[in-house]
Amino acid sequence: MKRTVALLMENQPGALSRVVGLFSQRGYNIESLIVAATEDPTLSRLTMTTSGDQKVIEQITKQLNKLIDVVKVLDLGESDYVERELLLVKFSHGSINTEVIKELNGEIIFENNELLNIQFVGTSKELDQVLKDLESSNPLEIVRTGASGISSNLKTLTI
Amino acid sequence: MSKDQISGADALMRSLHEEGVDIIFGYPGGAALHIYDAIFNQQHIEHILVRHEQGAVHAADGYARSSGKPGVAIVTSGPGATNAITGLATAFMDSTPVVVISGQVKSNLIGTDSFQETDMIGVSRPIVKHSFLVQRAEDIPSIIKKAFHIATTGRPGPVVIDVPKDFTDPEYKFDFDYPKDVDIRSYKPVKEGHSGQIKRAVKLLLEAKKPVIYSGGGVIQDNASSQLTNLAKLLDFPVTNTLMGLGAYPGTDQKFLGMLGMHGTYEANMAMHNCDLILAVGARFDDRITNNPDKFSLSAKKIHIDVDPASLSKIIDIDVPVVGSAKECLDQIIEELGVQSHKIDHDKLKPWHEEIGAWKKNHGLNHNLLGQKPTGGKILPQQVIQSLYKETKGEAFITSDVGQHQMFAAQYYFFDKPRRWINSGGLGTMGFGLPSAMGVQFAFPESDVACVTGEGSIQMCIQELSTCLQYGLPIKIINLNNAALGMVKQWQDMNYGGRHSSSTYEDSLPDFVALTESYGHVGIKVKKHEDLESAMKECFALKDKLVFLDVDVDPNEHVYPMLEAGMSMEDMHLSKDIKTW
Ligand SMILES: Cc1ncc(C[n+]2csc(CCOP(=O)(O)OP(=O)(O)O)c2C)c(N)n1
Ligand SMILES: [Mg+2]
Repeated sequence: MKRTVALLMENQPGALSRVVGLFSQRGYNIESLIVAATEDPTLSRLTMTTSGDQKVIEQITKQLNKLIDVVKVLDLGESDYVERELLLVKFSHGSINTEVIKELNGEIIFENNELLNIQFVGTSKELDQVLKDLESSNPLEIVRTGASGISSNLKTLTI
Repeated sequence: MSKDQISGADALMRSLHEEGVDIIFGYPGGAALHIYDAIFNQQHIEHILVRHEQGAVHAADGYARSSGKPGVAIVTSGPGATNAITGLATAFMDSTPVVVISGQVKSNLIGTDSFQETDMIGVSRPIVKHSFLVQRAEDIPSIIKKAFHIATTGRPGPVVIDVPKDFTDPEYKFDFDYPKDVDIRSYKPVKEGHSGQIKRAVKLLLEAKKPVIYSGGGVIQDNASSQLTNLAKLLDFPVTNTLMGLGAYPGTDQKFLGMLGMHGTYEANMAMHNCDLILAVGARFDDRITNNPDKFSLSAKKIHIDVDPASLSKIIDIDVPVVGSAKECLDQIIEELGVQSHKIDHDKLKPWHEEIGAWKKNHGLNHNLLGQKPTGGKILPQQVIQSLYKETKGEAFITSDVGQHQMFAAQYYFFDKPRRWINSGGLGTMGFGLPSAMGVQFAFPESDVACVTGEGSIQMCIQELSTCLQYGLPIKIINLNNAALGMVKQWQDMNYGGRHSSSTYEDSLPDFVALTESYGHVGIKVKKHEDLESAMKECFALKDKLVFLDVDVDPNEHVYPMLEAGMSMEDMHLSKDIKTW
């Protein structure tokens, strides 16, 4: 089972390595991970997708909560939430037609006579499908950011 | 509060003093030299020079475990820091409050592979509760304050403070002001148990017909022994303790089942398997307890009190989890039972106590071996522990190493008080015994401190004999000499067709008596059963001397009972030829 967990941690050197270290140390896997400073410069927000059964997810959130640098943890999968990921793809000019890009809700964000950079935004699942549909157009390079998420109810991850 | 300008090194020492520290264990080196000068220039804190940094951390740990106060060790960067790692891992696995201060290269050299540079924060990360890299000299007081708070509260554990040399420079001074309070927004350990959960727990306690209290190191750490004992008495419940929990409930009490788990008593393991309710307090359902979790005590309801939420339902699903300190939660339960005292019914537990009594009678440990002449000629290791118990009247602090001797000590010495049994249960660190005994002896200079060890383990930190001479520590080392890595050999006997791969070294052991004497102490060799008790007496009569009692014991003895791997808690080997399944 795939799960998205978000947390706020002290924006301090060493904090991120403790979070990441916990995963390897305890044998949990990380499928994706995003970190950035928040509007409060003393805090960073981290979103990760991981997999495991309910018991594993529960252990993960408890172990994360135990880290002194972690201020708050929210297992987004516990209630309603929305998730978005950014996908950037490079094509050589002419290998993909604009109709296909439009159909897949892509947006051209750079173009010259050699190549095209296109952005897609969606849930990770949607982007999996986009990539499948793009396969025949021979993309030159693919970058995914990993999913970020926010709850779609009043349960907020703030302090 | 007085304000004056001092260096980072002086601030470090002043901060330790503010925390009530009066002893630190350590070993100097380049990156720690400013700190060592500050140590020299103050009077409040005694520094104990060990002979290996592992010894410093174990000594601090032994001090902490026996006294309940945090232990402090100080080491230099690089090799000093890496030598401290085993000590940290030991403290981490047993959740003991130890603060390790490591010197670090100057901040501008960090990351350049400079001389004696090791990323201590990185290397120690998975085996500490938390760590700090000092970034400014001015931060030292607040970091010390936080470090002690973190190490000693909630589920205790080791904390590392890595101090780059330039931040202890005597030339750089700042206003010293020790913070009065500490507030860490991301760290608020829960003390009191949730009242609804307490009520649910009490309901199960009152319904039980075949209950067991299973308590661990958490009860000792939280000084909750009297609460535990009172609760057990109130309900008339039998109690078993983990290896880490021995002494939390009086070892000589009628209702005590002994230790449980891998080498637990028959009656403790049978009770755990066949009970209808387990009240687990400050214990963590470790694999050395549960055996196969899928077969663990299937008919029992489970209540689990622990200060660490991550321990609850981690391995075994719990019916009533209670997050909180052992002491507070037990108090809450006792209070609630007071309200419902009319529902307490000792009579309905009678058949259960009889069942346990029969288990004990049929397959309990024989605590009267001492007077019997061993049939094989050689002294039995169990007899040595019984002799030690008799001679010290059960009043000594006993530290131990790891192996058969450790299990025999846990099985045959009765601990009536908490903090008397000091051993590395979680990590199982050979070499822990002697340095931890030093820490205990410093905490309790007037008490008997014995280190029950094996000829394998004692050689892992034997250098500390020199420290013991320097500080006049009259530790009694009781060496159960079976001329082998006995526990390894036992497994090889049981699981590898008796192939003793690298577990014996009979012809290359040192003469421990001569070795001890060369360190300036007393050594006594015991070979015959008839000499055991008199030698033990002599050993403890030498009040001011460290004595190394080297006892040749039967090398063929195994530790029993022993759980059979992959099976349940009632599947035990009871001797070389008796199994329960
Ligand atoms: C540092 C370390 N290395 C290896 C082990 C594995 N080990 C566990 S018990 C044991 C044998 C200990 O021998 P000894 O100290 O003589 O005790 P005995 O079992 O003979 O009583 C070993 C090697 C360990 N626990 N710790
Ligand atoms: Mg041995």
